[in-house]
Formats: sequence, C-alpha cells, structure tokens
Amino acid sequence: MTGLHTADRREPAAVELRGATVRFGTRTLWEGLDLEIPGGEFVAVLGPNGSGKTTLLRVLLGLQPVTAGEVLVDGRPVRRGGEGIGYIPQQKALAEDVPLRASDLVGLGLDGHHFGLGLRGRRERSRRVDAALAAVGATGYAGSPVGRLSGGEQQRLRVAQALVGDPRVLLCDEPLLSLDLAHQRTVSHLIDERRRTAGTAVLFVTHEINPILPLVDRVLYLVDGRFRFGTPDEVMTSETLSELYRTEVEVLRVRERLVVVGVDDCSHHHDAVVPAGGAATP
Amino acid sequence: MNDVLDKLFTFDGTAELLAQPFVRNALLAAALLGLVAGVLAPLIVARGMGFAVHGTSELAFTGGAAALLLGVSVSIGAVAGSVVAGLVFGLLGLRQRERDSVIGVVLAFGLGLGVLLLALYPGRASNKFGLLTGSIVSVDSTNLWVLVVVTALVLMTMAVVYRPLLFASTDPDVAVARGVPVRLLSPLFAVLIALVTALAVPIVGAILVLSVTIIPGAAAARVTASPLVATILAVVIAEVALVGGTILSLAPGLPISGYVATIAFLGYITCRLVGRARGQVRTG
Repeated sequence: MTGLHTADRREPAAVELRGATVRFGTRTLWEGLDLEIPGGEFVAVLGPNGSGKTTLLRVLLGLQPVTAGEVLVDGRPVRRGGEGIGYIPQQKALAEDVPLRASDLVGLGLDGHHFGLGLRGRRERSRRVDAALAAVGATGYAGSPVGRLSGGEQQRLRVAQALVGDPRVLLCDEPLLSLDLAHQRTVSHLIDERRRTAGTAVLFVTHEINPILPLVDRVLYLVDGRFRFGTPDEVMTSETLSELYRTEVEVLRVRERLVVVGVDDCSHHHDAVVPAGGAATP
Repeated sequence: MNDVLDKLFTFDGTAELLAQPFVRNALLAAALLGLVAGVLAPLIVARGMGFAVHGTSELAFTGGAAALLLGVSVSIGAVAGSVVAGLVFGLLGLRQRERDSVIGVVLAFGLGLGVLLLALYPGRASNKFGLLTGSIVSVDSTNLWVLVVVTALVLMTMAVVYRPLLFASTDPDVAVARGVPVRLLSPLFAVLIALVTALAVPIVGAILVLSVTIIPGAAAARVTASPLVATILAVVIAEVALVGGTILSLAPGLPISGYVATIAFLGYITCRLVGRARGQVRTG
C-alpha cells in the first residue's frame, strides 16, 4: 500500500462486469457479459427495445441484482445509491408546478438521497451546486422554477444534477430523446467535455448513435441476449450486425452517418434508411 | 343581514374568554396543528395527495365515531381510523388513477359507516357534530399532551426523511435511480399525514381537514418554487388561519372551522394574485 508497486497504482476500471447474467424467470436477458470500461471512456449502448439496455443501467445503479457474475463500479461491488454514479434520465418535461428551483434540482442530485437535515457543510454544498450550474451554463436561471424552463434548459440541469456529485461513472438513458438538434449537441458536448476533463466513464443508452458517433469510443450492442463490444468500426458493420440479428443487415456509411438497413423492428430507429426530415446530421 | 354579520364578527367577551384555560388549550392546540400541517402541506401538494388526505380525514371521522359508540377516547379512534386509511393509501403507490378510485371507494364506505355509528350513539348530538365540524372545547389537557407528543414525533421524522422525501416527491425517476427508498417513504409519509389528520379532526372537523393540510401548501406553491420558503410560508398561513380562526370564533361561539377555512382561503387567493402579478412581470 506504499504506492511503490505499480500494480497497486493502477486505477480500477470505472465499470467492470464479469460474467454478468440477468434472467427473469426462464428468459435470459443477457448472459456472460464481460465489460471493462476505464475512466474517461465514452460507451454507446445500442440495441432494439427489450434487449436489456435499461436493465444494464438498473444493474449499474444497484437496483437490479445480477443472476450470476460480478458487477464492480470503481473497483467496488455495485450498491444501490452508491456515490460513484451519476444518472441522466430520459428527457421528460418536468411538470410546470414542480416546486423546485433549478438549483434545488441540482442540489438533490448531490445529497437528495441522504437522510437528515444536512445542515453541516451548507456552504460547501452551495459552492458545488453553483459550480455544477456554471459548468452547464445554467447560472442565469439557477433561481427559476424548473417547470418554467424549456426542455433544453431542463436537460442541461439534468447534466448538472448528474455531475454535481463528481461521479466516476455517468449513466445516460436516452438523454437526447425529443431534444432539438442544437440542444442535442449542447448536451452531448457537455457530457463529452466532462469525461475528457474529469475522466468520468460514460455509458450512453441510445436508439440513435449518429448524434454522438464522433464522441463514441466503444459500442455495446445488445440483441436477444447476444452482444458485441468494440469500437464503432468493429461493431457497426454489416457482418457483425447480421450475426447479432441473425438476419441480413446492411450498415451503410452515408457521409458521416451510419444507416442500418434490414432491421424490421421500427421502434429501433437507427434512422430507417432515410432519416425522417433528414435532420440529425451532426 | 346585519344581525348575521354581527353574530359572525363580534368581540364581546373575547378578552375574558382568552383568559380561560380551555381557550388557552385550544389556542395552543391550534398553534401546534398549524406547525405540523404547514410543514407537511407543500409535500402533500407536490405529491398530489389532496384526495388521499380527504379520504384519510373521513376515515378519522369513522374511527372517532366508532370510539364514541364504544365509549373510548375519540382521539384514539380518530388516530386508528386515519392511520389505517393512510397505510392503505400509502401502499397504493403513485399510480394516479388506481389511487383515486380506491380512495373514493374507501372514503364512501368509511363515511357511510361513520354516519351509521353516529346514529347508533345515544349521547349528546353536539359530540357527534363536533367530529364533522370541529370544536375548540374538544381540546382538554390530555389531548394537548397527545398533540405535543405527536407534533414532536412528526417534526422529528420529517427532519430525518425530508430530503429523500422531497426528492421522491418532485423527481421520482432520478430519486429511484439514486437509491432513495421510494416504496418505503410513501407509506411513511401517509402515516405522518394520518397522524396530523387525526389531530386536526377534533379541532377543524373531518370535513375541513383540507383547509389546513392542503390550502397552505397550495397557496405557497403559487408564489415560490423554493422548498424552504414554501414550507415557511405554508406554516405562516396555517398558523394565521388556525390561531386567527380560533380567536374569531370565540365570542360568536360558532365552530372554528368556518373561520379557519375562510382565512386560509383568503391566503390562497392572495397568493394566487401575487403569483400572477409576478408571473406577468417575469414573462412580460
């Protein structure tokens, strides 16, 4: 423990799964999942509905126990409410009458899961909340009721709320859904900046890889209990996806976008051939 | 017309009455109730539990009526009734439609049962009426002690669970993700509501429990989004309504509930107007 041994100095992976398996009754969601995600890596989690993307997030949040295998966050067994994790939910407008200001929403991300009044360290708390608000450019509306803010502003607050606790791992559950292009870009760049400056590992669950394609280091693709984990160039190929889907799938690169053809599940909108409205080019 | 107004707003003998021990007990009870009701109200509103509170108070009435018939303490009956109701409603979770219908069913049955129990009660009618509309003479020194203990219990519990409860009430998805025991907090909060409701029933009456457990929170929500400011404001409104209503009701010798509800309602209207004026400034 003197720090002289190089083996001791090696940082534990931000996320590590060893042989992780989740079964519901007789249904196996995925089996023998091995992942090692170092700090600072940006991982996109893709796959059709019901392939277990959200369950993977629930496992990492400590809300869903694995049937077999091991799950470590920052080298420690995962547990519910662990400090090392930040979470950005699907973009869902907050009701107009939610009785919170922007700064309250972010503050809840820091210590909302703690019991007690938390009177000690209030100054430190507000310093961290202010810093998190500033980092996403939300200082201007820190005191506004969250329900009155736009979807884009709310989602910036979600980023601040997830990052205010300085997590080792950031879990994102389709955070760009229903945001317009400019806000998609802002939010994904805020996340990207964080992992570069603070070495936060990012697991980004999405239906749509294109808006984040330039940021992604590796892709975890889940289909019917099978999975592939590798760089986008390794995974997003006609060969690999055909193997995963067990049907003829073609992946086309059209300018800087990936278009997947032949996946009939339309809930799985990797841009069905021609992207609707042709909008989302980064 | 003037006769009625004179009867409603008279201060003849208010000063003498204020010197009476039973009046002082009543004022103290009103002040304690205002404190806990004000602290809970913003969260009740945030969680959309108005109907659940109403159901709880009707079950407190049923419990009180049963106690009256059995010859045991009405307060204990009210507490028992409302805690049972609170637990049932709390365990229903947050699915709005199912919750509403179950509350409606339980409320209707409880109210019917309560009316039947009261009809069977051979004693004085004023005791019966008191459960529905409240009365300050219902507060004797034993009740006052119960009130003090329950108030302390509710406030201490709130101090411990406030943050996760606020998180779960305003941002449930992320609260669950962060490990807040939402399933546990829901029935716990329902029990706290039940305790406060049971305290409120003898004072403001089962029908008007909402005037102290909803109106202050709803009013505060119109003017502020700060949880702390909302709580303070709700406590102030609840205190003014309860203590003010008690004092106003003394000389006329009428039930305090009408006065309490009216003051709280005026507070709500004021907050709405202030909120609207501010909103126009902000957007315009």
